[in-house]
Amino acid sequence: MAILIIAEHNNLSLKSETHKVVQAAAAIGGDITLLVAGFNCKAAADEAATVAGVSKVLLADNAVYQHQLAENIAALVTEVGKDFSHILAPATTSGKNFLPRVAAMLDVAQISDVIAIESADTFVRPIYAGNAIATVQSSDRIKVLTVRPAAFRAASDGNSAPIEAVSAAHDAGVSAFIDEELTKSERPELSAARVVISGGRGMQNGENFALLNGIADKLGAAIGASRAAVDAGFVPNDMQVGQTGKIVAPDLYIAVGISGAIQHLAGMKDSKVIVAINKDAEAPIFQIADYGLVADLFSVLPELEQQL
Amino acid sequence: MKILVPVKRVIDYNVKVRVKADQTGVDLANVKMALNPFCEIAVEEAVRLKEAGNASEVVVVSIGTTAVQEQLRTALALGADRALHIETDQHLDSLQVAKLLAKVVAQEQPGLVILGKQAIDSDNNQTGQMLAALTGMGQGTFASKVQLADGKVLVTREIDGGLQTVALTLPAVVSTDLRLNEPRYASLPNIMKAKKKPLDVIAADSFGVTLSSNVTVLKVAAPASRQGGIKVESVAELVDKLKHEAKVI
Ligand SMILES: Cc1cc2nc3c(=O)[nH]c(=O)nc-3n(C[C@H](O)[C@H](O)[C@H](O)COP(=O)(O)OP(=O)(O)OC[C@H]3O[C@@H](n4cnc5c(N)ncnc54)[C@H](O)[C@@H]3O)c2cc1C
Ligand SMILES: Nc1ncnc2c1ncn2[C@@H]1O[C@H](COP(=O)(O)O)[C@@H](O)[C@H]1O
Repeated sequence: MAILIIAEHNNLSLKSETHKVVQAAAAIGGDITLLVAGFNCKAAADEAATVAGVSKVLLADNAVYQHQLAENIAALVTEVGKDFSHILAPATTSGKNFLPRVAAMLDVAQISDVIAIESADTFVRPIYAGNAIATVQSSDRIKVLTVRPAAFRAASDGNSAPIEAVSAAHDAGVSAFIDEELTKSERPELSAARVVISGGRGMQNGENFALLNGIADKLGAAIGASRAAVDAGFVPNDMQVGQTGKIVAPDLYIAVGISGAIQHLAGMKDSKVIVAINKDAEAPIFQIADYGLVADLFSVLPELEQQL
Repeated sequence: MKILVPVKRVIDYNVKVRVKADQTGVDLANVKMALNPFCEIAVEEAVRLKEAGNASEVVVVSIGTTAVQEQLRTALALGADRALHIETDQHLDSLQVAKLLAKVVAQEQPGLVILGKQAIDSDNNQTGQMLAALTGMGQGTFASKVQLADGKVLVTREIDGGLQTVALTLPAVVSTDLRLNEPRYASLPNIMKAKKKPLDVIAADSFGVTLSSNVTVLKVAAPASRQGGIKVESVAELVDKLKHEAKVI
C-alpha cells in the first residue's frame, strides 16, 4: 500500500487538517507520502516533514500552484499519484474542489467525507446529512478519498522525513486567480477548536454576535453560526456549521439561539458535549443537547461570561 | 450562449430520513421528493443570466428513472426552455453521471454548465468537478456570485477562510452554493406553460458509457443516536455541570 496525501496549507504553514488525514491514512496502513503543492511554500513542507508516520514529503513549489487552482493542482496530483494505491485529501473546500477532478482524470470513483476506515478498500461515510451511515467497498485500482478531519485525531509531530522536490509545472490555462477576501480572526479555526460557540437567527443581528466574544475569549473558543445567521448577513459565510458548511466535533459545542434543523445538526452532532441555549423549550436542539437551558439568550450570555 | 443545467431528483430536505431495517439503504417509499435545493439555485441562476440578456437558452438535464421528469417539469416552470431526460433505472455514482453529462455537453455545446455543488442525498459534492475534468473545462465551485464578461466567467467562491474569485475561460463549469441566489416560486401560469415545453427522452445506454461503478454499498446504517441530556435551571448550574460533571471547561 502506498498512500499519497495532499497537504492543506497556506504556503506559510501546514493546516491541522493534514495531521488528521495522516491519522486516517495510518489506519489504512502502508507507506505515507505527503505532497505540498504551492508557491514559496518550503516552510509548509518543513512542517509536513515533522508529522509522525510520514515517510517522504514531495514539494512542488511553483507559481502555478500558489492559489491552489483546482485545474492545476489536479493535473499535478494526477501525474504524481498515478502509481499510488490511495490518494487522500481533507474534505475541506480545497480538497473537495480538486480531488474529484483527480478521480475523474484517473477514471476512478471518489469516496467523499470518509469518517472511518474499515480496511484498505472499505470505508465509512455519512449520507443524507448524516442521517444514514454508509459502508462502501471500492475495487478501483486507486482509491481516492476525501477525509472528514473532525472524525479523526491529529497525528503527532516529531518526525524528520526527507523532502524531495517535484519540478512538474502544470498550468491548465483555463482559470486564473483574481482575488481573495479572507476573514481575519485571532480566534482558533472552527475545525481545530476545542470549544465552539455558535449563534443562530435568535441572535437577531450581527452586532449581537459580540455577546459571544467574551465567552469565546474565556474558553479559547471558535465562533460559528447557523445558516440562518449567515443568510441574514449577521456573520460571514465561512462561519457556517452544518451539512453544507463546516463539520466540527469539539469537546464542547454551545448552540445559542439555534433551533436544531437536521442540516445544522449534521455539522455538530458528533461534538463530545453539547449545550443548547434557547428560549423555546420545544426546540429540536434540546433532543441532542447534553445540557439545555431554556432562557432568553440576551440575559444568559452576559451572565455566562461573568461566571466563567 | 446556451446554458446547461444538470438537476437531480432527491428526497425533500424537510423529510426525516429513515434507514431500512435490512440496512440496504434509505426508505424512499412514499417519501416526498423534490428538486435538489442546490439544483434549484442553479436553474435560477441560469434563468437570471438569460433574463439579463447573457444567455439565449437554458437546457436542463436529469439522469434517472421516469420519475425525474417531475423535477424537469419543475425546472421548466422556473424558466428553463427545454429538458433532456437521460433514462436509466440503474443507480449511478457521480463519475458515471459526469461521463453521461460530458456526452450531453459534447452534443449541446453549452457555453456554461451550472450545477449544484452537492446532492443532498449522496452528499457527494463531485459531479461538477468531474464533469469539468472530463471536458477539460475550468471549474468555479461553491459559487456565491457569477458574472459574465469578455468571454470569461468570474466566479466568487465560498472557501473555508472566506471568499475567493477566479476567472474561467468559457465554456466552464460552475457549481452553486446556497447564497448564490434565492430561487423564485413557479407561478401557476408558468407551471401550465412548462407542460408544453419540449422534454426529450434518451436512453442512458445509448451513449456508450459504462454505467456500473466499482464502488459497492455494503450497508447503510442509522447513525449512533445521541441521548438527550438534562435541562439545567440556571447559568450557575450549567457552569457547574460543565466544570465538574462533563469536565470540559
Ligand atoms: C440544502 C440545505 C442546506 C442547508 N445547510 C445548512 C447548514 O450547513 N447549516 C445550517 O445551520 N443550516 C443549513 N440549512 C438551513 C436549515 O434548514 C435551517 O433553516 C437553519 O439551520 C436554521 O437556523 P437557526 O436555527 O439559526 O434559525 P431558526 O430555525 O429560525 O431558529 C432560531 C432559534 O432561536 C431561538 N431564539 C430566538 N430568540 C431567542 C432568544 N432571545 N433567546 C433564546 N433563543 C432564541 C428560537 O426559539 C429558535 O429556536 C440548510 C438548508 C438547506 C435547504
Ligand atoms: N442523476 C443526475 N442527473 C442530473 N444531474 C445530476 C445527477 N446527479 C448529480 N447531478 C448534478 O450534480 C450535482 C452534484 O451532485 P453530487 O456530486 O452527486 O453531490 C447536483 O446538484 C446536480 O446538479
